[in-house]
Amino acid sequence: MAPSNDPILTVEGLVKHFPITQGILFKKKIGAVKAVDGVSLTLYPGETLGVVGESGCGKSTLAKLLMRLEPPTAGRARFGDRDIFTMSGPELRRLRRNVQMVMQDPYTSLNPRMTVGDIIGEPFEIHPDVAPRGSRADRVRELLDYVGLNPEHINRYPHQFSGGQRQRIGIARALALRPKVIICDEPVSALDVSIQAQVINLLEQLQDELGLSYMFIAHDLSVVRHISDRVAVMYLGKIVEIGTEDEIYTRATHPYTQALLSAVPVPDPTAREHRAIIRLSGDVPSPANPPSGCRFRTRCFKAQDICAVEEPPLAIRDADPHPSACHFADLLPEPPAPA
Amino acid sequence: MTHLTVEASGGIGPAPGGPAAPHLLEVRELFIEFHTRDGVAKVINGVSYHLNPGETLAVLGESGSGKSVTAQAIMGILDIPPGRITGGQILFRGRDLLTMEESERRQVRGKEIAMIFQDALSALNPVFTVGFQITESLRRRAGMSKADANARAVELMDLVRIPAARSRLGDYPHQFSGGMRQRVMIAMALALNPTVLIADEPTTALDVTVQAQVMDLLGDLRRDLNMAMILITHDLGVVADVADRIAVMYAGRIVEHAEVHDLYARPAHPYTKGLLESIPRLDARGTELTTIKGLPPNLLRPPSGCTFHPRCPYCEEVCVVRVPPLMQLGNDRTSACHFAQEVLDGTIE
Repeated sequence: MAPSNDPILTVEGLVKHFPITQGILFKKKIGAVKAVDGVSLTLYPGETLGVVGESGCGKSTLAKLLMRLEPPTAGRARFGDRDIFTMSGPELRRLRRNVQMVMQDPYTSLNPRMTVGDIIGEPFEIHPDVAPRGSRADRVRELLDYVGLNPEHINRYPHQFSGGQRQRIGIARALALRPKVIICDEPVSALDVSIQAQVINLLEQLQDELGLSYMFIAHDLSVVRHISDRVAVMYLGKIVEIGTEDEIYTRATHPYTQALLSAVPVPDPTAREHRAIIRLSGDVPSPANPPSGCRFRTRCFKAQDICAVEEPPLAIRDADPHPSACHFADLLPEPPAPA
Repeated sequence: MTHLTVEASGGIGPAPGGPAAPHLLEVRELFIEFHTRDGVAKVINGVSYHLNPGETLAVLGESGSGKSVTAQAIMGILDIPPGRITGGQILFRGRDLLTMEESERRQVRGKEIAMIFQDALSALNPVFTVGFQITESLRRRAGMSKADANARAVELMDLVRIPAARSRLGDYPHQFSGGMRQRVMIAMALALNPTVLIADEPTTALDVTVQAQVMDLLGDLRRDLNMAMILITHDLGVVADVADRIAVMYAGRIVEHAEVHDLYARPAHPYTKGLLESIPRLDARGTELTTIKGLPPNLLRPPSGCTFHPRCPYCEEVCVVRVPPLMQLGNDRTSACHFAQEVLDGTIE
């Protein structure tokens, strides 16, 4: 679906620092984990924005901020033209109706003591105007059918379903209030390979039918490429590169994106001889004490003196017309042609 | 791939009738069941595979396919009860591990066959230092003095590329990152110079850049130390990068076994074919993913005939009734499908 011009979700300079404290009675702040540190992005109606990064890069914190489950340290996020962090009362309830979330772990995100019908119908308790009391059971059955589950299983409990089916229950719950935006936080990473494809197809089909916008957070770059229109790559709380699916996957200019793509194993043994191999050394630094200048410089194969001093802004670079946060942003040289 | 013979007993073992080939490790017709409150779950149903010195065999399967249970049986760390080995042999250098005395088996475990696990944080003991845990087998099994063992531990940590090894001997597992913990596990496994390393989902819990580091390390170690490796995984991508041969497991059986290039180029079992078609590829943006319909079977009540038949797009009457034998497809390939040759040739609708 072609994105229209008015963004549905706009994020500007969003920051979330978690304090590190010392002492028991008199807590003293001795530092901060900079989980999200200045993220700006936009989400358009009907599009899927993929957010990729390794664990600890702040992608889940970003999701929680946008759901207003955490207050931000600084920055703004707008749904339509209203700032979501200043909302309260009925307006906040309306936001919650429009922005829903699908969680990663289908085993812990469903209450084991509630029946599937109660889980999917619970949003109607808070938003009674969406479905009148009498029609709720019918609406839940409809939702179950919609996500490919048997509507007769409305009185079953979560443990009677498999992982993939539970994730469908989570999706049905997110759809209950007919939201405009769904934030998917690693929705398929807990599922078996043969089940992943079913859930991805379901999400795509729902988007086509309902015109949903997805923010699709995942660490699996192959899955993100498959489902996303645009992709943002995060590293230590910042977006290092953002662009269309094609710009990120075939014309990446940031060394981190290039290394990340090179590290993904490709299920084709003949391809392994013909890929550019970039191996990063070391681990991701602690977000409590990120490196000076460019945060990626400690693992970067292009790092120079300037990288330690000056932080490269996320800006459009000469190499390719999409934003990249690197002083030396450039396309990778063409890999040797397959023999 | 011209002739098609059906082997009576099945299995990827030596040619029938001929003398047993001297494989380093061979699992023969293994059967394992678990006794649960709800009944008997037959989790391993006649698994056979073999491993030669210095090669990497990947065992691929989804959760519940029995890939880890087989490895636990080889190591002798299967929980009995509820587990029970009801048939088969596990031959190491020609001797059956399952009939060995426990004292003899201890000589094999760790010294000859070592194992690393998926979750390094829960596999390491949180209240002992890393140095203590790496040197434990050196002191207890190899009879080294504490000083010698520590020196060897530093060597091992260097070998698995843990920076500043000497100063990290006294650190506890929680002070290491996920990738470094997995390296500590590998160092422990290598302590007694094993000939076979079983790696059970060694990189599943790791980030993609760290996963690439650890897989490179395992590949280098295998080559430098000439170890044989059994790599257990669910990730078709990881397998393609390192394995020589692949055994695909489904519901406690090996449904396909082939050399790695052959399997990816032309799968001979509908399950393998479905798996390869259902994964999104990094190097290609598809439209809609082909899916395998349905769910993996409940092993308490497995389907009749071929256990894959309720999910198989090519299912015929014979599949519901008869368990397919392992079809030999030449070039050391087998497939447990009634229509293996047709799937391989792509002539099935």
